[in-house]
Amino acid sequence: MTDQQAQTPLLDAKGVSKRFGAVVALEDASLTISAGQIVALMGANGAGKSTFVKILTGALKPDTGHVRIRGTERRVGSPAEARRSGLVPVYQEPSLIPDLSIADNLRLGDTPVADFQHWVHELGIDGLHLDDMISALPLATLRILDLARALAVKPDVLLLDEMTAALPTDLVEKVLDTVRKQADAGQSVIYISHRFSEIAEICDRATVLRDGATVGDLPITPGVEEKVVELMLGAVLDKDPTRTSTAAHRPEGMPRVTVRNLAAGTKLQDVSLDLYRGEVLGVVALEGQGQDQLFDVLAGMDSPTAGTIALDGKTVSFNHPADAIAAGLSFVPGDRADGLLMERSVHENIALPQLARFAKWGAIGMKKEAATVKKAIDRLQIDTRAQGEVQRLSGGNQQKVTIGRWIAAGVDTLLLFDPTRGIDVRTKRQIYLLVRELAEQGAAVLYYTSELAEVPAACDRAMVIFNGKVVDVIEAADADEQTLMRAAYGLTASAAVSA
Amino acid sequence: MTSETTMFKSVGRFIGNNPLVPLLILLLVLVGVLEFMRPGIVNERWIGNTIKFAIPLAMLAACQTLTMLTGGIDLSAAVAATISAFVMATQVPIVGVPLAICIGLIPAIMIGMVNGFGVAVCRVHPLIMTLGTGLIATGCLQVYQRFVIASGSVIPDGLAWLGTGRTWGLPNALILFVPIAILIIWAQRRTGFGRLLYALGSNETASRISGVRSWQVFLALYMLSGLIAGVTGLLYVGLIKAPSLSLVNPLLLPSVAAAVIGGTSIFGGRGGYSGTILGALILTVLGTLLTLLQMPEGLRRILFGLIILTVTTTYIRLTEQSR
Repeated sequence: MTDQQAQTPLLDAKGVSKRFGAVVALEDASLTISAGQIVALMGANGAGKSTFVKILTGALKPDTGHVRIRGTERRVGSPAEARRSGLVPVYQEPSLIPDLSIADNLRLGDTPVADFQHWVHELGIDGLHLDDMISALPLATLRILDLARALAVKPDVLLLDEMTAALPTDLVEKVLDTVRKQADAGQSVIYISHRFSEIAEICDRATVLRDGATVGDLPITPGVEEKVVELMLGAVLDKDPTRTSTAAHRPEGMPRVTVRNLAAGTKLQDVSLDLYRGEVLGVVALEGQGQDQLFDVLAGMDSPTAGTIALDGKTVSFNHPADAIAAGLSFVPGDRADGLLMERSVHENIALPQLARFAKWGAIGMKKEAATVKKAIDRLQIDTRAQGEVQRLSGGNQQKVTIGRWIAAGVDTLLLFDPTRGIDVRTKRQIYLLVRELAEQGAAVLYYTSELAEVPAACDRAMVIFNGKVVDVIEAADADEQTLMRAAYGLTASAAVSA
Repeated sequence: MTSETTMFKSVGRFIGNNPLVPLLILLLVLVGVLEFMRPGIVNERWIGNTIKFAIPLAMLAACQTLTMLTGGIDLSAAVAATISAFVMATQVPIVGVPLAICIGLIPAIMIGMVNGFGVAVCRVHPLIMTLGTGLIATGCLQVYQRFVIASGSVIPDGLAWLGTGRTWGLPNALILFVPIAILIIWAQRRTGFGRLLYALGSNETASRISGVRSWQVFLALYMLSGLIAGVTGLLYVGLIKAPSLSLVNPLLLPSVAAAVIGGTSIFGGRGGYSGTILGALILTVLGTLLTLLQMPEGLRRILFGLIILTVTTTYIRLTEQSR
C-alpha cells in the first residue's frame, strides 16, 4: 500500500444535503472510511440516517455535497453504479427474490457461486442446496445469504443495516467475527445498529447524525455510549410550553384500557399497560421493538397471539377495526399513506368514519356533515386552500386530516402512532396542544413518538418498550431525553427493570 | 419552454376541475366532422337514433363505472344482461310479462352475488372473478336454452315500445334511463354507499382503519351491478327484438371503453357516471363516423382502437399534469 492510498479515504462523503419538498432530510452529512475500518453510523429516529444510506448506495441523488469513492469524485447515479464502484449494501429486508431459487438469485446479481458457498459455510449455515427456493427459507437464513452474497463480490465497502436484528445469538457471534476478520483483512464496513454492545465489540469509530447533519465522529472507547447518546440528543431543546399544569395527571379509578401480557406477530412479546381517562401515555421505543403490533392489535387491525385487552374492566376482542371504533378506540396510523384517501377531498376524508357503518349507506345529510367537517377543520386549523385532493396538502395538514376525522366524530380513546413524524414545528406544537386539550376533556390517549423531546411536552407518563417488552415506565416530568434514550437503547441499569 | 409547460399545467388543472368539458368538446367536434362529411345528416332523427343506441351502452357502462370506482371491473355484465333478456323472453309465453321480467332479473342478480362473494370474501381479483362467472353463466344459458327451445320466445310490447319507440322525436328509452342516471349520479356523491366506493378504490387500508367493512360494500356493489346489467338486457332486447345467446356481448368491451374515456380510473377512486354517459355518446358517434368513411372493416377497427387509445391517454396525461 503506497502512502497515497493510505491517505485517501476509501469512501469520503462530505456536505451531503437533501430535501424533500419543504422537509430537509439532510443538511450537512459527512462520513469517511479508510481501508480496514468499521464505522458505526448512528442517529436517533428521524436524524436522516436512512436518507444518508440511500445517498451512499446511490438510490438517491444528493442536492449538494459529494460522495467520493477511492478519491474519485463522482455522483453515484444508481445502485448498480454504486455496486460497481465497490459499495455493497445489506439491508434489513433481505433483497432476495422469494419466487426464485438461491442459484437463480445469484445469477441475477452475477455473484460468484464458489465464493458465495465459501461465505455461507464460514457464517455457519450448513446443509443448504442451491436450488432451494428463497420463500421456503427462514428469515435468519435469508439474512445470512444476503450477507454471504455481498461478501462474495468482494466489495471495498460493505454497508450493514441492522444486520443482526433477526438473528439468533450464535449467528450474531459468527457474523460479528466474520465482519471483524474481513475488516482486519482490509475491507471497510459501515455498520448501522441500535445495539451498543455490538458496536463496542467490532467498530473502530462512530459517526453520529442529528437533524440531518454529522455532529460527531468518535473513536470507540469504553464508556463512549454516554457520549454518543449525548451527541444524538444535542443541546437539550427548550421544552415546549404546552403543558399548562406541571403536575402530571393522577391516574384514578378504573383504567380505560387495560392490557395484560399482550403478544402479537414476531416482535411484540409481552406488554402490559393501564391507560386512564384524562391522561396521555407516551410509548417510547426504537424502530421495530413491537410498538407497531401493539397499536395494530389495539386498533383491531391485527389479532394478538397471547394476552388480553380490557376496556373499562371488560375484556374485549376485535375482529375488525370497526369493532375497535365501536368500542371507542380511534387509530391514527404512522404512515399517512395508510390513513388517507389521497385522491379525495379533505371533506370526504374527514367524513369517512361516519359513513362506514351499514346503517349510514343511505342519503347523507349534507348540511349536517358540512358542519361537522367544518368544526374539525376549524379546531385543527387545517389549511384548506388545496382541499380538493388531500395529496396536494403539506404533510402537516395531511396529518391534521387523519386526526381531524376522529375529532369530528368525538374522541373517547385515541391511539396516535408517531403523529408528528416528518412535519413542521408549528404543526407539531398544534398537535401537542390538541392532545393535551383532548386529555383534559377526558379522553385517554396512547401516544407513540419517535421524537423523545416530545415526551415531556405531550405526555403524562412514558412507557419504554425494548425487544417487545415493557422495560420501564417513567413519569413524563422526570423524563429528560437522556433517561429516555438510554432506556430505549436497553441501557437501563436502574431498578425499574428488576422491579 | 417554461411558459408552454405552465400553460399545459393550467390546462391540465382546468380539466382536473372540470373533467366533463373536454369530453363535451370532443363530442361536439365529432358531430361537427360528421356534419361536414355528410351535410344534413345531423338532424332530429339522427340524434334520436344516436341516443337510442347510446343508452344501452351507457347503462352497461354504469356497471363498469361503479365497479371501477373501487378498482374493480365487471366482465360478466354483458352475460348477465344477455341472460336476463333471454330468460325473460322465453318465460313470457309461460308465465306472462310481469313475472317473466322478475324471473329474468334473478339470474343477473345472482351472478352479481357470486361476483361479490368471490371479490369480497375470497379476495379473488374482480377481473378474474367476473370473467369466470361470465363463462359459467354463458354455459348455464346454453343448458337452459335446450329446455325452453319448444316454448319459443316473445318480446313484450312494452319493452319494444321502450326500446324502439319515440315520443316527440325522443326515444322512449330515456324514460327508463334518465331516472337511473340521475339516481346513480346522486348516489355516488350524496350517499354513504357512493362515498365508500370512492374510499375503497382510493385506499382500502385507510377505509379499513376508518371502520369500513369492505366485504359488505363489495357484495352490495356487484349485486347492484348485476341488477343494472339485467335491466340493460331487458331494454336492449326491446331494441334488437331478437333474443340470442350472445345478445349483449358485443357491448362489453365498448362499455369498459366508455367508462375509461369518461374519465373513470381503472385503478379506482376517481371518475364518475356523468363522464361515462358522455363516453358512451362519443363511442356511438365515432361508430357512425367510421361506418360513413366506407373503409374496409379491418381498417375501421384499427382506427377505432387507435382513437380510443389516443383519447384516453391524452385525457389521463392532461389530468395527471395538474398534480
